Amino acid sequence: MTAFVQQMVLGLLIGGLYGLAAAGLSLVFGVLKVLNVAHGQLIMLGGYGAFWLGALAGFDPFAALTLVIPGALAFGAVLYWTLFAWVVRASEETRVKNSLLIGFGLALALDALAVRLWTADERSITTSYAGAVVSVGGIAIPLVRLASLVLAGALIGGVHLLLARTRWGRAIRATAEDWEAALLTGIDVRRAYLLAFAIGTALAGAAGTLVSVGYSVSPSIGLEWTLKALVVVVLAGLGSMPGTFVGGLVLGLAEAAAAWGFGGPYREMVGLVLFFVVLVARPQGLFAR
Amino acid sequence: MLEVEGLEASYGSFRVLSGVTLEVRPGEIVALLGPNGAGKTTLIRCIAGLLRPRAGAMRWEGRPLGQAEAHTVVERGVAVVPEGRRLFGSMSVEENLALGAFAPRARRGEASRLEGVYAIFPVLRERRRQLVRALSGGQQQMVAIGRALMADPRLLVLDEPSLGLAPRLVESIFGLLREINRGGVSILLVEQNVHAALALAHRGYILEAGRVAAEGQGSVLLNDAHVRRAYLGPLAR
Repeated sequence: MTAFVQQMVLGLLIGGLYGLAAAGLSLVFGVLKVLNVAHGQLIMLGGYGAFWLGALAGFDPFAALTLVIPGALAFGAVLYWTLFAWVVRASEETRVKNSLLIGFGLALALDALAVRLWTADERSITTSYAGAVVSVGGIAIPLVRLASLVLAGALIGGVHLLLARTRWGRAIRATAEDWEAALLTGIDVRRAYLLAFAIGTALAGAAGTLVSVGYSVSPSIGLEWTLKALVVVVLAGLGSMPGTFVGGLVLGLAEAAAAWGFGGPYREMVGLVLFFVVLVARPQGLFAR
Repeated sequence: MLEVEGLEASYGSFRVLSGVTLEVRPGEIVALLGPNGAGKTTLIRCIAGLLRPRAGAMRWEGRPLGQAEAHTVVERGVAVVPEGRRLFGSMSVEENLALGAFAPRARRGEASRLEGVYAIFPVLRERRRQLVRALSGGQQQMVAIGRALMADPRLLVLDEPSLGLAPRLVESIFGLLREINRGGVSILLVEQNVHAALALAHRGYILEAGRVAAEGQGSVLLNDAHVRRAYLGPLAR
């Protein structure tokens, strides 16, 4: 029983990162109607950003977030201007197709670039407090991962408030719902796209940082994280940041349960099964309004 | 105020407007009538900046319209209530109204204008926290008009505001449009409801197959043999 609870706790902890990874993908898909399959590569870059800030400049990984997030915002803006601004000019029906081409190209390029720059080695940030664990009734909770879960929730909550309460947040939601109607109310829809894409990239950067401290990064993790994020987006549905976070937790728990019940290899399968079941039974997602 | 001259527009190779000329003068209510497919909505999309015309000119307050990006049209004082209302259904009434005042110019005096909209449509004040998609069709139309008014327009363009509404509601909405017009807002009203529209409008245009087939004062158009035959049916007296 203790082993089971321990597994579920670890699943919950990584589930927070799944939620954070998915939040950016969901925002970009919901607003731009563009599927950025290189989202996992953006997470990978965020992880390396934090790793090198630590290795070269001695940054604590959590402190590195304060640089990685604005850096990723700016990088997202550049990516939007150079690549995705062309896609959103196309009619809505062709956007997904075109974005897949651009996204896969970008993913391949970033994968190759990362191997070239940083070798294929796995890297992980080791801090002085890396091994710290709190024990609750025989269940060990790694502190770093717990902090990551809390931070992931806080970041998603922050973006939720931004979207719910601010003028441009409202404009982004309006654009997601009906971009022509948004134009008619005077919203510069292109700017809403830019903001959404930059925020989505910043969320990816933050997720990457937390991955590099609690887990590890290597040039090949991109696709894996894109898939996790995609499963969570399908699970949660579009349009709700808190829903996406809960979707991430659900995936983390489901993976842990599958690994405990059927063995390790089933961990990777359960996400795809969920993906399939949700698409068949409730294609709008569990939490879509 | 708004001048449209020889406007041509098409979707791909399908020509919808072939030389439309019309104008809206300050303080006027102008009705734009015509059967389905005549090009009424296309004309509105051109004015709103959602569709680039192929030829012709549009001027608003003496300056060209139609080259600028769509979101700047509101800023210049033209607000459009689109066909089918196009509200943000997952947002509250008040959020929809606030989005109407998104243009920088419209942000000044937003609070007092919100009071003005609630004065015209008191039911919206009661429902301000409700999601728009939970409202009735008539109330949604009020939100749509209110959202456009929040932009502090000098010209209000409405595309079939009576669509899907009960006759009594149409009457009351048209009555409110007259009051809005008395408050100094010019109105371009696209309608299929010929009687109601011409009774409200100072002048009207009949659009047919992408051209202006007839124009004139509301009462004159209503008696025009051509209009009677085409829109009021053989039983019209």
